[in-house]
Amino acid sequence: MTIPFSYIIRNLVTRKVTTLLTAGGMALVVFVFATVLMLEEGLRKTLVETGSPDNVVVTRRSAGTEIQSVISRDQAAIVENQPEVAYGASNMRLTSKETIVLISLTRRDSDKSSNVLIRGVGQTGILLRPQVKIINGRMFRPGLSEIIAGKSIADRYKGAGIGEKLRFGKREWTVVGIFDAGKTGFDSEIWGDVDQLMQAFRRSVYSSVILKMSDPAAFQKLKVRIEGDPRLTLEAKKESVFYAEQSQLLSNFIRYLGVALSSFFSVGAIIGAMITMYASVANRIMEIGTLRALGFRRKNNLSAFLTESLILGAAGGIVGLVLASFMQFFTISTMNWQSFSELAFGFTLNLSIIIKSFVFALIMGLIGGFLPAVQAAHLSIVDSLRAA
Amino acid sequence: MENFSAPIVHIKNLTKSYRRGGQIVSVLTDITFDIPSGEFIALMGPSGSGKSTLLNLIAGIDKPDSGTLKVGGIDIAILSEGDLADWRAANVGFIFQFYNLMPVLTAFENVELPLLLTQLSYKERRERVELALIMVGLSDRMEHYPSELSGGQQQRVAIARAFITDPVILVADEPTGDLDRTSAGEILAILDRLNSEMEKTIIMVTHDPHAAKTAHLIRYLEKGQLDVAD
Amino acid sequence: MHFLKLILRNTLRHKLRTGLTVLGIIVAIVAFGLLRTVVDAWYSGAEGSSETRLVTRNAISLVFHLPIKYQERIRKIQGVMEITHASWFGGVYISEKNFFPQFAIDAKTYFDVYSEYIIPPGDLTAFIIDRKGCVVGRKLADVYGFKIGDTVPLRGTIYPGTWKFTVRAIYDGAEAKTDTSQFFFHWDYLNETRKRVTARTERTTDWVGVYAINISEPSRAAEISSEVDAMFGNSLAETRTETEKTFQLGFVSMTEAIVVAIRIVSYVVLLIILAVMANTMAMTARERTSEYATLKALGFNHRFIAGLIYGESMIIALVGALIGILLTFPVANMFSEKVGTLFPVFGVSAETIYMQAIAALAVGIAAAVLPAFRSAQISIADGLRGIR
Repeated sequence: MTIPFSYIIRNLVTRKVTTLLTAGGMALVVFVFATVLMLEEGLRKTLVETGSPDNVVVTRRSAGTEIQSVISRDQAAIVENQPEVAYGASNMRLTSKETIVLISLTRRDSDKSSNVLIRGVGQTGILLRPQVKIINGRMFRPGLSEIIAGKSIADRYKGAGIGEKLRFGKREWTVVGIFDAGKTGFDSEIWGDVDQLMQAFRRSVYSSVILKMSDPAAFQKLKVRIEGDPRLTLEAKKESVFYAEQSQLLSNFIRYLGVALSSFFSVGAIIGAMITMYASVANRIMEIGTLRALGFRRKNNLSAFLTESLILGAAGGIVGLVLASFMQFFTISTMNWQSFSELAFGFTLNLSIIIKSFVFALIMGLIGGFLPAVQAAHLSIVDSLRAA
Repeated sequence: MENFSAPIVHIKNLTKSYRRGGQIVSVLTDITFDIPSGEFIALMGPSGSGKSTLLNLIAGIDKPDSGTLKVGGIDIAILSEGDLADWRAANVGFIFQFYNLMPVLTAFENVELPLLLTQLSYKERRERVELALIMVGLSDRMEHYPSELSGGQQQRVAIARAFITDPVILVADEPTGDLDRTSAGEILAILDRLNSEMEKTIIMVTHDPHAAKTAHLIRYLEKGQLDVAD
Repeated sequence: MHFLKLILRNTLRHKLRTGLTVLGIIVAIVAFGLLRTVVDAWYSGAEGSSETRLVTRNAISLVFHLPIKYQERIRKIQGVMEITHASWFGGVYISEKNFFPQFAIDAKTYFDVYSEYIIPPGDLTAFIIDRKGCVVGRKLADVYGFKIGDTVPLRGTIYPGTWKFTVRAIYDGAEAKTDTSQFFFHWDYLNETRKRVTARTERTTDWVGVYAINISEPSRAAEISSEVDAMFGNSLAETRTETEKTFQLGFVSMTEAIVVAIRIVSYVVLLIILAVMANTMAMTARERTSEYATLKALGFNHRFIAGLIYGESMIIALVGALIGILLTFPVANMFSEKVGTLFPVFGVSAETIYMQAIAALAVGIAAAVLPAFRSAQISIADGLRGIR
C-alpha cells in the first residue's frame, strides 16, 4: 500500500509558487553545472580532434609548445628520414617542417587585440591534416605572400577575411582562402608557406616537424630513437597527446572553477529544497496523521515526501539541461595560457553530461528532502491529528 | 452619536454577489433594514445565508455591489481603501470566531495594537490597556502569549482589543463558536456589559440560540433575505 | 518601535526556516564576493600599473624580441627619464604546477624604473654584483620558502638547460596591490650563456623582450610613444609603445571570455538565492494571510502589511549579508593560499563589500515584492476566511 503518485503531484501543483521557485533555483544550479561540463567537453573535443593518433609532433626537448621550440635544418632532415614515416601519393614522404609565430591582430568588434598563431607549412602540411578543408577561395601558392585563415579567425579579426590583407614581417600578405577545420584548434590559426614566412621573419630554424607514421604501433620505437639521438635534443609526441597537453592548464582551470562553483551553488539550492519540504511537512501534519490513521505506514510517508523532493529535483534538472542545451549555439574564444595564442571552442552536450547533470539534480532533491521526510515519518499519529 | 432620530446603521436595497469558480453567486439580494444606536442584535441563519457577508459589509471589510450603506451617518460604500481603513480604526471593533490574535504579541501588546494607529502616548496607551484587561478579567495574564492562554481567555483578549479604541459599533462573528459552554457564558456576559454599561452597539452573527438570547433583537437571514422574527 | 518588534518576532517565528534562509544568503554572498575578488585579481596587473611608465614591445607580437641597442636610442628621447628592459624566461621550478613569472632584467636600472619594488640597499648591491643572483618577491618567498642565500634551480623551456640562481634579495611591494610574486635575474647572465652555447645563426642573443620607460609627465605619454615607434618604423623590429596600463589590459582582454563568464556566474548565484529567499517570503506571507487580514480589519493599511513583509525580508537578507561579508575575508585568504602565486594580488576590495551589501539588499527587496503585493491585494473577507 503506497501513497498514490498523483497525490504527490497534486501537492506540488497546489503550491505553484513555491514549487516553481524551488525547482527554478535548482534549475539554475544544474545550468551552471552542465554548462561547465559542456565547456570542458568542448575544449577536450576541440583538442582531441585537432591531433591525429597517426601523426607525431617533434619539438625541442622540454619546450612544451611549438612556440617555444626550435629545430635546426640539420635536425629536421634527420627527423624526416626516420624509417617509420609513411609515404603518400607519388612516393612523397608525409612530413611537414613547420614554423610558428604569433602575431597580434585586432578584433572586428572592438579595438582589442589578441595573439593569433601563424603556421608556416609545407605542401604536405594539409595532407597531414585531413580535417582541414578550404571552404572559400583557394590554397596559398608556394613562393608568394599568400595566406589562408581559419574560419573562426576570418570571422573575428580585422584583415583576416578573404581578399583582405594583413601586414607583418615588412610585407603585405593576401588572404586567398578560408579553411574550415571542423571543431579543431586549427580553426583558430592562419597558414602560409613555410619558406616565405621564415624569410619574412628572418628565421633560419623550424619550430616543429610533423610526420605521419605508416604504422602507429611503431611510435614507441620512433620516440626512443629520436629522443636518444645525441644530435637531436628533441622529443616526439603523438599529435593527439601533444594537443591534449596544450590545454591542460585551461582545462584544469575550467574543471576546478566548475566544481567549486557547482558545490557552492548546490548548497544554496539544497537549502531551498529543505525549506520547501519542511513547509510541505508542516502544512500537512494533519494529513500525515490521517493517512497514518487510515493504515499507511511511516515508510509510506517517508517515501511520499522523498518522492516529492525528487520530483522537484528532476524538474529542476530538466529545465536546467534545456537551458544549458542552448549554450551549444555559443563559442568561447580565449587565450590558451600555455600556447599563448587564441583558441576558440564551443559547448558540447553529450549523454554523459546529461546523465551527470540529472543525477546531480536528483541528489540535490534527495539531500534537501531527506531530513523533512524523516521528520514527517516520525510524527506520532495522535500528535499530528491534534495539530491544526 | 447618541442621536436616536437616525439609526447607527442604515441599509437600503443592499445587494452583494461573489464570483466563485467562474460563476456569479448572489449572496445578499435587496436588503433593507436599520439598526438603532445602542442595540445588541443577533444575526442568525443557516450556513451560506449571507449573514457573515452582511456583517463584513457593515464592518467595512467588504464592499456592496449596490444599495446604500450608512454607518454613523457616513456612506462607507463610497470610501476609498485607505479612508475605509482609517474609518474602521476609529469606528469598528472586531471579534472573531478564532480570536485572530497575533501569535507573536503578548496579551498586552495585542490589545495595544489598535492604539498604535492613534496619537496616544505610551503612558496613555498603557493605562487604557490595563483598564481594558482588568475589565475582561485578565489583569494577571498581560504578559502571556496567546499560545499560553485558553480559548476563552484568548477571546477575552480579543474583546478587549475590540473596544480599546472606543468604537461606535462592535461586530462579532460567531464569538462563542469555538468555546465550551462556561467560556461562552463569560464572553456573552462581557458583551452584555459592553452593551448595557458602555452603550456599545453590538452586531453578532451566531448559530447558537443560547448566544442569540443574550441579544436584544434577533434577525434571521435566509437565502440572502431578511425575515423579521422577534 | 512596535513595528520593528513585530517584524523581529515574526522573523524568529520559524527559526529553522529563517536559519536556513540566512545560511543560504551567507553562502551566496560569500560566493558572490569571492567571484568578484577573482575578477579583481584578473585586473590587478593593470590596476597596479603606473601612469608614467611606457612599455615598448615588438609590433608583431610579444613573442618577437627587440635588439638591445634600442635602449640607448630610446634613452635619448626628450622626456624619457629612465629606461630598463625585461625578458620573459618561462622556466619551470621543479614541476609545471609551480607557476610564477620570471624575468631576465637589466639589474642596474630595473629597480629605478620599478620603484614600487622595495629592496634594502645592501641587498640590492649584493644582487647587482652577483651575476648569478636573483631577486624574489615577498609572496613568492613565502609560498616556496625562499631565503636569502638559497639556490633556486629553473628548467628553461625557451632557453634549454637547468639554470641555478642564488637568492640575493627579497622585494616588498610599496602598496597592497603591488605584485610580489615575481622572480628577477641578470639578463647579462642569460645573454652571455646563450652566446657561448648557441650557434650564431639562431639570433637569440643581444635581444630583449620589452623595454619599460619612465617618463617625466603622464600627459606626454602618447607623444613619446609615437616618437619611439617612429624611430624604429620600417626597421627589422618595428615597435609598439603604449602605457603600462594599456599593455596590461591587453593581456586581460585576451582572456576576457573567462572574466565575462565569471561575472555572469556571480550574478547567477544571486538569482539562485533570490529564488530561495522569495520562496521563504511567499510561504511566510501565505501562512499569515489571516493575520494580515485581521490587521487590516483593525484599520492598518496595506502599506503597514507590506512594510511587515519587506521588513522581515530585509532583516533576513541583511543578517545573512553581514555574516557573509565577514566570512568573505577568511574564505578569500584560504582561497589565496590554495592557488598560491596564480593570482599575484588577491584581496577583497571595498567595492566588493559594497556590492555584496547592495546585492543582499536587492535580493531582500526583490524577494518581498510579490508576497507583499499579494498580501496587500487579498480582500479582508477572503483573508479572514483563510483562503490561501
